[in-house]
Amino acid sequence: MDIRKVKKLIELLEESNISEIEIQEGEESVRISRHPNGFGAMQQPMMMPQTMAPAAPSAPGTPAADMGDVAPSQPAGHAVTSPMVGTFYRSPAPGSKAFVEVGQSVKKGDTVCIVEAMKMMNQIEADKDGVIEAILVEDGEPVEFDQPMIIIN
Amino acid sequence: MLDKVLIANRGEIALRILRACKELGIKTVAVHSKADRELMHVRLADEAVCIGPASSAQSYLNIPALISAAEVTDSSAIHPGYGFLSENANFAEQVERSGFTFVGPRAETIRLMGDKVSAIHAMKAAGVPTVPGSDGPLPEDDAEIRRIAGRIGYPVIIKAAAGGGGRGMRVVRNDDEVAKAASITRSEAAAAFGDGTVYMEKFLENPRHVEIQVLADGQGNAVHLYDRDCSLQRRHQKVLEEAPAPHIDPEARAKVLKSCTDACIEINYRGAGTFEFLYENGEFFFIEMNTRVQVEHPVTEMVTGVDIVKEQLRIACGQPLAIRQEDVELRGHAFECRINAEDARTFMPSPGKINLYHPPGGLGVRMDSHIYTGYSVPPHYDSLIGKLITWGADREIALVRMRNALDELLVEGIKTNTDLHKDLVRDSAFQRGGVNIHYLEKKLGLC
Repeated sequence: MDIRKVKKLIELLEESNISEIEIQEGEESVRISRHPNGFGAMQQPMMMPQTMAPAAPSAPGTPAADMGDVAPSQPAGHAVTSPMVGTFYRSPAPGSKAFVEVGQSVKKGDTVCIVEAMKMMNQIEADKDGVIEAILVEDGEPVEFDQPMIIIN
Repeated sequence: MLDKVLIANRGEIALRILRACKELGIKTVAVHSKADRELMHVRLADEAVCIGPASSAQSYLNIPALISAAEVTDSSAIHPGYGFLSENANFAEQVERSGFTFVGPRAETIRLMGDKVSAIHAMKAAGVPTVPGSDGPLPEDDAEIRRIAGRIGYPVIIKAAAGGGGRGMRVVRNDDEVAKAASITRSEAAAAFGDGTVYMEKFLENPRHVEIQVLADGQGNAVHLYDRDCSLQRRHQKVLEEAPAPHIDPEARAKVLKSCTDACIEINYRGAGTFEFLYENGEFFFIEMNTRVQVEHPVTEMVTGVDIVKEQLRIACGQPLAIRQEDVELRGHAFECRINAEDARTFMPSPGKINLYHPPGGLGVRMDSHIYTGYSVPPHYDSLIGKLITWGADREIALVRMRNALDELLVEGIKTNTDLHKDLVRDSAFQRGGVNIHYLEKKLGLC
């Protein structure tokens, strides 16, 4: 089970006054409920088929919950997309400060993130001046070719 | 069994591989270019990763992107399909070095067979009959070239060692032209394949193309799955194939089948492979070996009952061959028509949206295709959109079934070569069986 997706579900639950949320994808499902005695909000989730970014559901016609629907839709602005398949990192090294934060001003050519592929760290630069509007990918998540990572306004 | 396989290909073969993976309980990763998001196997796969823009060079031929995709998806193996990187020894090597299983032979085997000169040398050593030839690279010296041609006997054909599949070849009929032809072929080869090495062979005027399917586990076991006839070709591209090859001398066949399995053991071959021969006057002559699954593998599956792609996956995960030669029985006859998105007469490619797709069906009819109603055939790749395969208890029934199936097949919105196939399955010489590799082009008035 992708722990990041479970985290998003928990956030959704906390932000609303829903007491229980259940999502089904194909044959697997996860249910998260808010216990009145303050017990852990998360039940043991079952393994779900992991889909990358905007991939289609696992079979045509299956009314599977597309995990992409749970995430916020892409905000307006210029998207910095990934030039390759790899892993997205927000900072130059584990534990060090992130290259950029939301709200930060960047100039064209500033490094905004790293995409690592085959043990090589590729610095990705802002291709426009502007302000960081949104960071769409979490640190350490895989990205595919052309996937939007950072929005600059 | 392998946990997760990355399918490094597209179109119908990617779907074929996906089906085999699903049957074996293997998770699937469909990598695709930007232009291929709507491919059927991409929609069916467990995971999908976009690896590059439409251009093949930046996607399906992009080794770093493929390996990176395998890394981020935590795949165990990569299946290269056919074409693209399937016979690229460097790719096979990099895949293995990066910690993944390459579904295919070892890199050094691919290298050995990829160089046509070394392949012929290895086959001769293993007892496989070869075409009389220069037995090595052609020297630069004109007089030497003429001497070798004289020994072989005109007409001869000069071929690029790094070529294959009909590319980088030139026929020469006399002494006056041979030195110049060698020189031109050399520069063309250097430009096209990065290697100007050429060799010479006797040119057979009216051969048939007969090939032999093998499976070997790299652990000392090899079987053949009999033969296929792929003589109907246009510009060295196969159009219509059948299994088994009709009207073959049984003794010559038995000998060549055994020589192929012996050769597999000799070179410690691992995986599925095909030995390609020219067959003329009751004799077989080895021309090249394809170290991958081939487009026409379904006709062999129909007449032997063996699932070749599943066997590839079993071999790749280290299982010894469960099939013994005595288990392989030939039943009936099968044909395959390659359905291309092209004009049936001019052969101009015809990409575009398929408004209506209706495949034929019934006993002994198999349609291997990734297309569906509403699918748009992209212009960036080859034109193969499907393979229509029929099986029958004998050749006549299989052929009648193909006729009927072609009549049922509907692909509207784009042009296809279905009409050409309808013509071919009614051709009287083809019905008799045993036409040679020039037959189709002669029939089309191309020579």
